[in-house]
Amino acid sequence: MKTRRLLVALALLAAPLAAEPPSAVAIRNARIITVSGATLDRGSVVLRNGLIESVGASTSIPADAWVVEGEGLTVYPGLIDALSTVGLNTPTPTIQTTGRRGGGPPTGDPAPAGPVSRGPEDRPLNTSYLLAADQITLADRRIESYRNMGFTSAVSFPTRGIFAGQGAVINLSGQRPSAMVIDPSAGLYLTMRPNGFGGGFPNSLMGVIAYIRQIYLDAGQYKEAKAIYAAHPAGNKRPEYDKTLEGVLAATRILLPAQNPKEIHRMLRFATELKQKALLYGLQEGFLATDVLKARNAAVLLNLRWPERARDGDPEAVESMRALEFRDKAPTTAAALAKAGVPFAFYLGGLERASEINAAIRKAMAAGLTEADAIKALTLSAARLFGVDDRLGSIEPGKIANLVVTKGPLFEDRTEMKYVFVDGVKYEPAPAPAAPASEATR
Amino acid sequence: MKLASLLLLGCGALLAAPPIVIQNANVLTITKGSFKGAVVIKDGKIVEAGEKVIIPPGAQVIDAGGQYLMPGIIDCHSHIAADSINEGSVSVSSMVGIEDVLDPTAISIYRALAGGVTTANILHGSANSIGGKCSVIKTRWGKGAQGILFEGAKPGIKFALGENPKRQGNTPNVRIPGAPISLRYPATRMGVEDVIRQAFTEAKQYQKQWKDYEARKASGAAVIPPRRDLKLEPLVEILDGKRLVHAHSYRADEILMLLRVADDFGFKIKTLQHVLEGYKVAKEIAAHGAGASTFSDWWAYKVEAYDAIPYNAAIMVRKGVLVSLNSDDAELMRRLNTEAAKTMKYGGLTEEEALSLITINPAKQLDLDNRIGSIEAGKDADLVLFDKHPLSSFAKVQKVLIDGTVYFDRDTDLSDRNRRQLEKQKLLDKEKQNQPKKQGGPGRRPA
Repeated sequence: MKTRRLLVALALLAAPLAAEPPSAVAIRNARIITVSGATLDRGSVVLRNGLIESVGASTSIPADAWVVEGEGLTVYPGLIDALSTVGLNTPTPTIQTTGRRGGGPPTGDPAPAGPVSRGPEDRPLNTSYLLAADQITLADRRIESYRNMGFTSAVSFPTRGIFAGQGAVINLSGQRPSAMVIDPSAGLYLTMRPNGFGGGFPNSLMGVIAYIRQIYLDAGQYKEAKAIYAAHPAGNKRPEYDKTLEGVLAATRILLPAQNPKEIHRMLRFATELKQKALLYGLQEGFLATDVLKARNAAVLLNLRWPERARDGDPEAVESMRALEFRDKAPTTAAALAKAGVPFAFYLGGLERASEINAAIRKAMAAGLTEADAIKALTLSAARLFGVDDRLGSIEPGKIANLVVTKGPLFEDRTEMKYVFVDGVKYEPAPAPAAPASEATR
Repeated sequence: MKLASLLLLGCGALLAAPPIVIQNANVLTITKGSFKGAVVIKDGKIVEAGEKVIIPPGAQVIDAGGQYLMPGIIDCHSHIAADSINEGSVSVSSMVGIEDVLDPTAISIYRALAGGVTTANILHGSANSIGGKCSVIKTRWGKGAQGILFEGAKPGIKFALGENPKRQGNTPNVRIPGAPISLRYPATRMGVEDVIRQAFTEAKQYQKQWKDYEARKASGAAVIPPRRDLKLEPLVEILDGKRLVHAHSYRADEILMLLRVADDFGFKIKTLQHVLEGYKVAKEIAAHGAGASTFSDWWAYKVEAYDAIPYNAAIMVRKGVLVSLNSDDAELMRRLNTEAAKTMKYGGLTEEEALSLITINPAKQLDLDNRIGSIEAGKDADLVLFDKHPLSSFAKVQKVLIDGTVYFDRDTDLSDRNRRQLEKQKLLDKEKQNQPKKQGGPGRRPA
């Protein structure tokens, strides 16, 4: 059903784009980083109907294919921002101070104003039923800017409230919202952000935790009550329909914020208690907690926006050793996770410029992360953590034709993004706007 | 030399710990008198304390050099080591708990430890008639949240009376711009009583609802289970005697009110916290069996504290109330020994009575006197070594042991400071070096 819808969508999508839509595209004689298998120093990839048809050193080029000469070019799988709001109708994310409690979700949306909540029964800050897949808007200019930087997919989530809503894996084609959705059930995004002053329950972290716990108890009871009622309607009170619990029960996994060891321990225990499959996000002090992450088989989303000294901070302020160590060592987390064998994917944490993203990844690489692991954390690992690695994340026959073709290695500012393919459709990123003098002269 | 043996001792505790003997100490047992002698520790427990002890083979011996050894100090009322304290949005917040938000990295834990505190009752705030669940911790600095929890401690909960719980929130009179006006019930002391009575009435109904369900289910009927209510479950535990109530209170009238409410519903108030007018109703408190955890000499800092007197603790002791002194404050927590000393000036308690207020008495108030609060065989080896008598204002903590492991050592702390400072400077320099250079900064301006 899903694939059929996708195919129909692709067919519709390809049509208006080019006057003579090619049935196939072949990139030949390029260096191919497949991620899932060995790197081909010289090989070809054939794309057909939005999917990868074949890849290999001696793949034959179909007669009907448009040929892209790949001499001197490198082909990567399209990059994935594993925790994003791109494509959603949310205000431009406010830049938030890094290193704050909760791991810094990509936006700093204020909680929606509503009636004052008097307890968990009022279901405050709960839009668990909201689907990102239903909220996609083409008005978000980041769709194009992210694609131009090589990001062909994102896992986008509603981020307001405590039970913010369900994310979707989307392709950044920017053609038709419904055609962009790869998986509308990427998981339920949870935050630990309490109600503001006067907003009612919960207005503390422990209130938030108690609230979430109560919701999962209620959801369990709701499910059981519905089953009993369905079998024995006579003599039993009808369970009241609750859309927030429906949303909670529909979630395939939950995303929980955890930045430092304290929160990592707390949230891992919490996920176990709730009996939920969880992905932790934030994790920038994860270098101190790789052992527990490994021991508990955790999988994590690592925020690439490394903490920095506040630019307008008090120069006289005496900072704690812990704060200094955090800023110094946060970029080592990626290498530490890789070494410990903890599955992780990167998310941009609101970074929007190629130079910032490249610098952040290079920082992680300078701290010991291999280039291959860095690419994996932005491709196959992200796909795997959201259960779409059978469709995305590597260059393999049958997968969705999301590719980045560059002149030069990824994560270098000099590297030119030649082509980006999303669902097999070729985009040629416009040359980057003139950079400030200091960057352009390199 | 001393340091080396301590390091060995610390490592040893991780393996099969060798026994430890602290000898040549002035031992203040609190419950069994004082003597010059030794304490033997094995597997985290005190196995022997006396003037002459048998030193087990292979034991690590610490020479106390005539310094003073007392049981670890217990603070029955603290708000350290938690990421949030108050869920102030509702007047019954029993669904929340400190355990969910423990912060084992809070530096206040180390500071309390350095002041000789080994056990603390971490309470929810006092914004609610019935507040959140408490956690008893040991100040095991360096351990995780699970590692600082006092294993096996009976669960507790915070209640509060008087000015704090009757605050209504963002009232039109004290308006915070932008925030919605949300008046919270109650607004009076009468209302506080009503909220508590209402909550326990609901709890009793809830208890019955579950009993009815279990009965119907047992009879084989296909019944829908009731909803579990995390707000009411702790109240049912109170009714069942499984959860200790620590009630923040100031005035005599509200103290009596709460004791009456508890009697009506058939539960006990384990401790009255602050209880500044406790001296007026000490006999009634003693008759209920409630403990009192008070301040030494704080008064008149708000209207309901106008009748507080520094003789409060001593008077209540003389009237047969189980009394402790608490800090309610991360700073005061570091010197509870001098707080105890004040009760000798105000009210004439003996040395032993004064020290009881911060050791065995709070242990009893937390139902943990079988584990901590005195130096006796069989109890946890939570010990503090002071260089002078702990009731002297010149006394400084030298070492603190918890479960037989040294968690604080003054010499180590002092000798580490240089190294830490150097490490810090290194990081600062590194960050400065890596900072992108500004072009045309102020340095280039002509003089």
